[in-house]
Amino acid sequence: MEVETPILGRCGVTEPNLDGIYAQLDAQGIKGGWLQTSPEYHMKRLLAAGSESIYQISKVFRNGERGSRHNPEFSMLEWYRTGFDDKTLMTEVADLVCGWLECPRPKATSYRQAMIDWAGIDPFVITKSDLHQRCREWLQPEQLQNLSRDGCLDLLMSFAVEPNLGTETPVFINQYPASQASLAKISNVDGFDVAHRFELYINGIELCNGYWELTNGDEQRTRFEADNRLRKANGNPQMDIDEAFLAAIEHGLPDCAGVALGLDRLLMLKIGTRDISDVLAFPLERA
Amino acid sequence: MASYSTNEFRGGLKVLLDGDPCIILENEIVKPGKGQAFNRVRLRNLMSNRVWERTFKSGESLEAADVIEQDMEYLYTDGEFWHFMLTDGSFEQYAADAKAVGDTIKWLKEQDVYTVTLYNGAPLTITPPNFVELEVVETDPGMKGDTAQGGSKPATLSTGAVVSVPLFITIGEVLKVDTRSGEYMNRVKN
Repeated sequence: MEVETPILGRCGVTEPNLDGIYAQLDAQGIKGGWLQTSPEYHMKRLLAAGSESIYQISKVFRNGERGSRHNPEFSMLEWYRTGFDDKTLMTEVADLVCGWLECPRPKATSYRQAMIDWAGIDPFVITKSDLHQRCREWLQPEQLQNLSRDGCLDLLMSFAVEPNLGTETPVFINQYPASQASLAKISNVDGFDVAHRFELYINGIELCNGYWELTNGDEQRTRFEADNRLRKANGNPQMDIDEAFLAAIEHGLPDCAGVALGLDRLLMLKIGTRDISDVLAFPLERA
Repeated sequence: MASYSTNEFRGGLKVLLDGDPCIILENEIVKPGKGQAFNRVRLRNLMSNRVWERTFKSGESLEAADVIEQDMEYLYTDGEFWHFMLTDGSFEQYAADAKAVGDTIKWLKEQDVYTVTLYNGAPLTITPPNFVELEVVETDPGMKGDTAQGGSKPATLSTGAVVSVPLFITIGEVLKVDTRSGEYMNRVKN
């Protein structure tokens, strides 16, 4: 079923590296809101209310993000499948994307293997000091001082791994470190906690991000609180926790998998451009 | 001095990096969807003219560099410095050293106007206009009737620059030259 959820919501997200855009909402005693970074929370509230599988195309907003692959406002195709897990949803994503792009079907590689292959490090066992040493290729020692373990891994993912992903065949990266689980379930694989999270890369472009969704409200609250502690440590403002969302999860989110796919990037791949401005009539500078 | 954070980085911004003034050429945000954002920035070091590529964590900032560009008329050289004067009517003069003048020395003609880049109030680089008109002071004798098809020969201009010119060019003629490529464009009627 196609649904429509608010672009302007009461709450933003606690995600340490995502910033919505604050809106000076003022109506009926309600002051302040956020242009949403994704329709995820509202869609999960519909799922908890019994919607069953749903999808929508929505405008979403990420403050500060403007570059050849980023525009602060962009189009997201987001959908949830009840009864699916990450594996079955990956198959559905492959059907949709590869059918439309007429490209080979993706292979799947774990986050750990991709890091070993392209960055030359094992993300689950490397020491922080060895990790910093590896990052010296891009950052000065003083820049590394307060860069977290996940921050270092993100650097290696962006600079060493990503450019090589999906250059011949599209590739799913899955089994992310538990610290990057966000809203995905976590399982133990080969002695390491990994998230049921996947991303699809084609020609070095990150196209979508999917989860076998966490349905445990207590665990979700713990993760939100951990996000805010990270925000505080990084000197960023802490965000109000979306209690309406947590209440819905606690009421009962059905077992489901969900994915968010950047439509502008899909179109970039379709027409073979490396610049998102080529698929936007009015990119930020001219909006 | 003000400083700029990564969100303010854009082409043309002048910043201090490792103590040197630099101009930002390109700023690209690199970010895994939910991960830490970085900025990959290409800058030209205005002291060495070298292009640097540096990575910044989003949110980091750089100090602004006091760099401005002004139109100035070239006056004369005393052998050690080359003297320029603002064309804004203030008659204010600036002395540029050999490093600032650099390769532009071969296009310097008195009373012509150049772009002078000032760093902390002192000339850092001198940029010539895209086209200059200079007189030929030395070249092999002209060959009449030999026009467009005719091949080329070197000619020395009044500033010392040597350019490749058609065979029909003679001493005393004024030529229009593209300073970016060093190529002869055409003769200028006196």
